[in-house]
Amino acid sequence: MNESLMDGQSLLFLIFAAITCLSAVAVVVAQTVVRMAFWLVLSLGSTAALFFLADADFVGAAQLLIYVGGTLVLLVFGVMLTASGPYLKIATSPGETVLGAAIALLFMFVVFSAVNGVEWPAPAVAQSVSADNPAGNTLRPLGLSLLGTRPDLDLPDGDQLSPGYLLPFEIVSVHLLVVLIGAAYLARAKRRTGL
Amino acid sequence: MWATQTIAEFLEKYCGEYFPEAFGPNFQYAIAAIIHAVLLVHAFALSPAVFIWLERKVSGRIQDRLGPTRTGGLFGWLQSLADGIKLVQKEDLCPPAADSLLFRSAPYFVCVASFAAFMVLPFSAGWVAVAADCGLFIILAILSLEVFGIIMAGYSSGSKWSLFGGMREAAQMVSYEIPLAICALVPVIAAGSLNLGEIGGMQRGGIHNWFIFHDPFAFFAFFVYFVVATASCKRAPFDLAEAESELVGGFHTEYSGIRWSFFFMGEYASMFAVCGIASLLFLGGWNTGIPPLDDALYAARNASASGEGSAIVGYLANVLGAFVFVTKASLGVFVQIWLRWTLPRLRIDQVMTTCLKYLVPISCFLFLGATLWPLLLATATQRSSWTPDPLGNRTAAEIRESSQASAKPASPAQASNAPAAKAVIR
Repeated sequence: MNESLMDGQSLLFLIFAAITCLSAVAVVVAQTVVRMAFWLVLSLGSTAALFFLADADFVGAAQLLIYVGGTLVLLVFGVMLTASGPYLKIATSPGETVLGAAIALLFMFVVFSAVNGVEWPAPAVAQSVSADNPAGNTLRPLGLSLLGTRPDLDLPDGDQLSPGYLLPFEIVSVHLLVVLIGAAYLARAKRRTGL
Repeated sequence: MWATQTIAEFLEKYCGEYFPEAFGPNFQYAIAAIIHAVLLVHAFALSPAVFIWLERKVSGRIQDRLGPTRTGGLFGWLQSLADGIKLVQKEDLCPPAADSLLFRSAPYFVCVASFAAFMVLPFSAGWVAVAADCGLFIILAILSLEVFGIIMAGYSSGSKWSLFGGMREAAQMVSYEIPLAICALVPVIAAGSLNLGEIGGMQRGGIHNWFIFHDPFAFFAFFVYFVVATASCKRAPFDLAEAESELVGGFHTEYSGIRWSFFFMGEYASMFAVCGIASLLFLGGWNTGIPPLDDALYAARNASASGEGSAIVGYLANVLGAFVFVTKASLGVFVQIWLRWTLPRLRIDQVMTTCLKYLVPISCFLFLGATLWPLLLATATQRSSWTPDPLGNRTAAEIRESSQASAKPASPAQASNAPAAKAVIR
């Protein structure tokens, strides 16, 4: 891969990584809930940008759709519906701040030592990228492996169906169905019986 | 299959000698990215101006008025420019009760979310800023971000009218996203691809190949999609958030001047975006629908891409394609304007009922039907499609063609630049 091209990508990576981390800190520092949501949007949005930068288009779009467009909007919507005053404030006591910071630092230490403990092989992505199969076009292999076929692995003939993610995919869908039914049950209009 | 010359390759080929070696390909990619961004921003800052003028004229005609007639002479075509100058001059207000950071940044959220959608929207074969494999998914994800700016605007204004407007808007946009996505999946089932460029290219060769006529479910899905898209752009008859009589201006009550106009630029840009998606998914994209003309344009594009034919002819074929695409999308915008001035506004509970009790089940039914249709057709008539030239055969033939073409050695620029190919036109 070209040297200067790597520089451009790592420059973009640094910019988006900085936005991600700084706005994550700002989420903790901010006082009102909606400002927290605003900083969270920046943080999660630039995480999506990092995914796009790593040629993981599908994961990036899923990050935008699910976390920024879905979860956060629901969060802010909940705040708007339930807030008693104009700007809901969350004040943390000094004890909570110290405790939270200690846990966060511990977690960071764990993640850092875990990342350092792994011997990372050379990036595998660069091999599959070619003129016929440009970077980021991962959708078809992804969909096929969710259906239980792995055309990207060089399997012997007649063994095309063995690995894949069909079972986890089905488990997740059943789980989501259960959640949907449960939500509909909880949110149903309650009839008054007797009393 | 959709290979065309990228802007970066173009720069390397024709302007390479003007760039000092030290800058390298990065510099060219930066230039290519800037060219794309400037083109997109300018084209789509201009298109809202045209649509606002159109809205005024159409509403005038529908209400038996003339609309703007004076500014700029004939038909008042400079009215939008005059409006723009007026808006720029106005004071940029921020109410004391507002959360000023959020209040000031909310219009940019709306605007950026609408404009960013054009990154993955192809205007002609290969004319797309980012030819992503999951283009439809990305465009739906980006368009779903717009609602966040609106919630922020409504909440941070410090006004109860804005808050109510923002809440209604959020509820409406979030719930209409569901049938929008399901309806957009119906042509995806027929195409077997989420790549907007591929979906557009598959509908070549006659009006019967457009996905709206692919099966009866797709035909109805188009109309459901159009209604849902109108609602998700918060256009009348679904514009409860801007109910002038109760909520003044809804979420943008407190805004003035250029920040106010950003909301409208965002609205018109997303109208064009959803109509563009509709024309790509259902109405053949950049294909004219006339078989000989379509085939001729396709041949011209392919010839110029492979370097055999004249590059100018291929370019002109793409210009014609872009013209056809923009015309189809603009017709969609025109229908949205027409609906706005013809239909009475719904109540907010009616808006939500329409979505959750009617449109979501209808779109689910259409989705199921579209998946079962090929099986039914195959069982009943032993064919996979009612058209004389089934989609699968054509796609397979094109893939064969392109694999033969790519068996020739690829240009060295293309091979070495592949990782950054996302940033440039493919």
